[in-house]
Amino acid sequence: MNQVFDYENVSYTKRILEALRIDPVLLLLLGLLSMFGVMLLYSASGSDIDLMMRQITRLAMAFLLMVAFANIPMRILKNISVWLYLAGILLLLAVMFYGEVGKGAQRWLDLGIIRFQPSEILKLAVPMMVASYLAGQALPVGWKALVISVVLVMIPALLIARQPDLGTAILVGSAGFFVLFLAGVRWTTILALSILLSLTAPLLWKFVLLDYQRERILTLLNPESDPLGSGYHIIQSKIAIGSGGVYGKGWLNGTQSQLDFIPERSTDFIFSVFGEEFGFFGSILLILLYLVIIYRGLYIAAHATENFGRLLAGALSLTFFVYLFVNIGMVAGMLPVVGVPLPLISYGGTSMVTLMMGFGLVMSIRSAKRYLG
Amino acid sequence: MFKRVHLKDDRLEYRLIRRRLVVSAVIVLALIVTVLIRLYVLQVVDYEHFSTLSDSNRVRIKALPPARGLIFDRNGVVIAKNLPAYRLEIIREQVDDIEETLTRLKHYVDYSDQDLKRYRQSSKRRRPFESIPLRLNLNDDEVARLAVNLHKFKGVEINARLARNYPLNGFGVHALGYVSRIDLDDLSRVDEANYAGTSHIGKLGLERFYEDELHGTVGVQKVEVNAKGRTLRVLDETPPIPGNNLHLTIDSNLQKVAEKAFGDNTGSVVAIDPNNGEILALVSMPTFDPNLFVNGISVKDYASLRDSSSRPLFNRALSGQYPPGSTIKPFYGLAGLETSTISKNQKLYCGGYFLLPNEERKYRDWKKLGHGTVDLQDAITQSCDVYFYDLSYRMGIDKISTFMDQFGFGRKTGIDSTGEKSGLLPSREWKKVTQSMPWFPGETLITGIGQGAFLVTPLQLANSTAALSKKGKRFRPHLVRAIETAGSGERRNIESLPVGNYELIKDLNWQHIRNSMVNVVHGLRGTAYPISWGMQYITAGKTGTAQIYSVAQDEEYDEETVSDKLRDHALFISFAPAEDPRIAVAVIVEHGSHGGSVAAPIARKVMDAYLLGQS
Repeated sequence: MNQVFDYENVSYTKRILEALRIDPVLLLLLGLLSMFGVMLLYSASGSDIDLMMRQITRLAMAFLLMVAFANIPMRILKNISVWLYLAGILLLLAVMFYGEVGKGAQRWLDLGIIRFQPSEILKLAVPMMVASYLAGQALPVGWKALVISVVLVMIPALLIARQPDLGTAILVGSAGFFVLFLAGVRWTTILALSILLSLTAPLLWKFVLLDYQRERILTLLNPESDPLGSGYHIIQSKIAIGSGGVYGKGWLNGTQSQLDFIPERSTDFIFSVFGEEFGFFGSILLILLYLVIIYRGLYIAAHATENFGRLLAGALSLTFFVYLFVNIGMVAGMLPVVGVPLPLISYGGTSMVTLMMGFGLVMSIRSAKRYLG
Repeated sequence: MFKRVHLKDDRLEYRLIRRRLVVSAVIVLALIVTVLIRLYVLQVVDYEHFSTLSDSNRVRIKALPPARGLIFDRNGVVIAKNLPAYRLEIIREQVDDIEETLTRLKHYVDYSDQDLKRYRQSSKRRRPFESIPLRLNLNDDEVARLAVNLHKFKGVEINARLARNYPLNGFGVHALGYVSRIDLDDLSRVDEANYAGTSHIGKLGLERFYEDELHGTVGVQKVEVNAKGRTLRVLDETPPIPGNNLHLTIDSNLQKVAEKAFGDNTGSVVAIDPNNGEILALVSMPTFDPNLFVNGISVKDYASLRDSSSRPLFNRALSGQYPPGSTIKPFYGLAGLETSTISKNQKLYCGGYFLLPNEERKYRDWKKLGHGTVDLQDAITQSCDVYFYDLSYRMGIDKISTFMDQFGFGRKTGIDSTGEKSGLLPSREWKKVTQSMPWFPGETLITGIGQGAFLVTPLQLANSTAALSKKGKRFRPHLVRAIETAGSGERRNIESLPVGNYELIKDLNWQHIRNSMVNVVHGLRGTAYPISWGMQYITAGKTGTAQIYSVAQDEEYDEETVSDKLRDHALFISFAPAEDPRIAVAVIVEHGSHGGSVAAPIARKVMDAYLLGQS
């Protein structure tokens, strides 16, 4: 009797999820990740219950938004892409002239009720725009489409880099370029672009990057040169991770983290707390969890019915990977310190909400096949 | 028109995108493996390295305690300074087993239970990685022995710190006070952050009163330390701001003379400049060595100070309250003249005792057979009690208390030190409030000779004498003349503030009282006549005797049979030169019996030293 009921229940739950157009696999994985995130945040914040509760509230909001976005039909998504993109660009320009300065950068726009960063919109709008544009083109991408796409990506990316917010600029830019890559830009073109980029790098260095961004890159090359200034983050973070060893010092027991040697330990540098407290073993497990999420996204992209969906789901999943790679890369001293949070774990609402909206889009794409003949 | 058109081929495009998705998946995997390799290198290969760094290589914030301000006398003689002294300190975080370490340390350096108790107390309120002293003031032998063996003790340090030192030992200790280890009570009255790293705080006297000036502002040092907590290098430093120096009104030469003049007697001398309230000497005998308290006084030393019958810890000058005895008579005389109760030439027959109407009790004069016929001047010069019984009886307690209040009796002088008592000026109201009893006429008589409930502190008596010498103009007595900012040497002078506004004294009345007081010292029948021999200036004075033993109605006070402890206190007040006073002195010699023979010579020595520069 009970067994029958259980079976009924399971299928019932499944039916509800399908009706809500939610991917149970992604839901489970994201839920797990968020749970770990909250636990880790408790430790990283020095057992700050209030901070943890705020993060849980945000998570709940983000999951609701994910469900909402999962229910936007793909066709509508495709059609609003242009408008969303244009609106995003306008808001970026608005921020440039009217924005609020927070932590030395002009990123925020105060709309009375809410304050938000328009650059977050572009994390979704840029891949949507490029995907919807290229979906109308014959693939692989031709020269004209390539140039147009590059322009579409570079305008917001450069605007954001000037704010200055190098981390978001990288995320927005890479989201756009992933679409291009998936749309089959020829390898020779990619090679050529890479060469071009490396040639323009000195120009970027000189004209686009700001002093502190240059300093961070220099610091990465030789962190010992400035142990109290910008090298301090990297040195202390490496010590924290390295001293975690194979099994870690245990939850709440990281001396580096708990003794306040790690700056920004509940936000961008939270992985050093994780590395110290859970060790190499824990790191493998956490990264595997991320990997499965990324692969699930790529799987959904591969099984989508339309080029728009394939390109968008693929690009969003790969962007999620960029978050992970850049964050752990900088915390482990492989990449310069740019403001990229560890997705779904770092304290802070903005990027988390955008990420979950992105997963909402992926879920919407997954459901779309059902409604095709 | 010819245009190259791509034909959309869904199947081909789908395969293209899938291929690219697979390539992406491979790249993602490759990069993730790179990250994992990086983490493997950090956490497995280089684990030892980072683990050591994590345990040891730490940037720490150290508090730099400021040097305490110095204290100088009015001639620039240093009476409180700071000397470097070695301390044994422990950083709790770096010691694995504190009890074991404490036991082992005992083999190399001796520390008392008191030290240990203080260490444990301080440990409770320490900040992380703060070093807490276990033993202060290590001698050279101890430092050498410890230094050689220090490698055996993780978290144990020898640090040179500035310690308070009073080079003149017991000199002026009751004015100066002392510093001692901070306890929890002290912390509640200071800004704790500013005292991070400070181990001592002013406990008494000037050291406590001027704590805020003397302490200074804490500095901060960012240092890198190794696994044993040793400082490897200083990364950043905000130096401390030393405390301000105090320049006292005390003349150390005069103070020394006064202390020496006491010999083995106990008591107090206070000398004030009547022109501004500056305290020239403030003596309470016996003294004690404040240095004992700086380094943590041993239980034994403390017990011997505390239990000593001469009570050296007791600050007689400020906290000692004595009946003023006959020293109060010039004030009464003035009161009588001012209130027109008496006139200068009015005479009275003194037969050795005074009778209240309808009472049988005899109020005796100190001279059994009486002084005969006396006027006011005679009564002051010879200190006739009967005259003042009569005067006070006629004046009444209310007029007495009102008048005496104007000279500051019964209230604190407001000196810049700690522990001052207010004395007691009896009044009808006071008795009603404290004892719920009406005032009896007999009490007026007793008050009239400065006995009974009437109490003064030596400081108060000196200050009132100074006021008397200046026709009632009274200042807030103070010990500090100027505060000097340590770095710039900039000096802030402390202003001499007049207190009250008593200027009603008629010149002639006041001159008469002053002349009577000059007669006490220089007149042949004066009670302090012997001290005038060879005196090169004119002194106005008054002797006094304070009873602490009540003689029953028909008994007689016999000096010989009364034990030392119960013998009367000897008092003397004076100011000189009488015409243009530069110094006012009050002396109390406990159990000294006679003001004229015991207390007055001390005052003479002090006045000589100040006015003539003799020592």
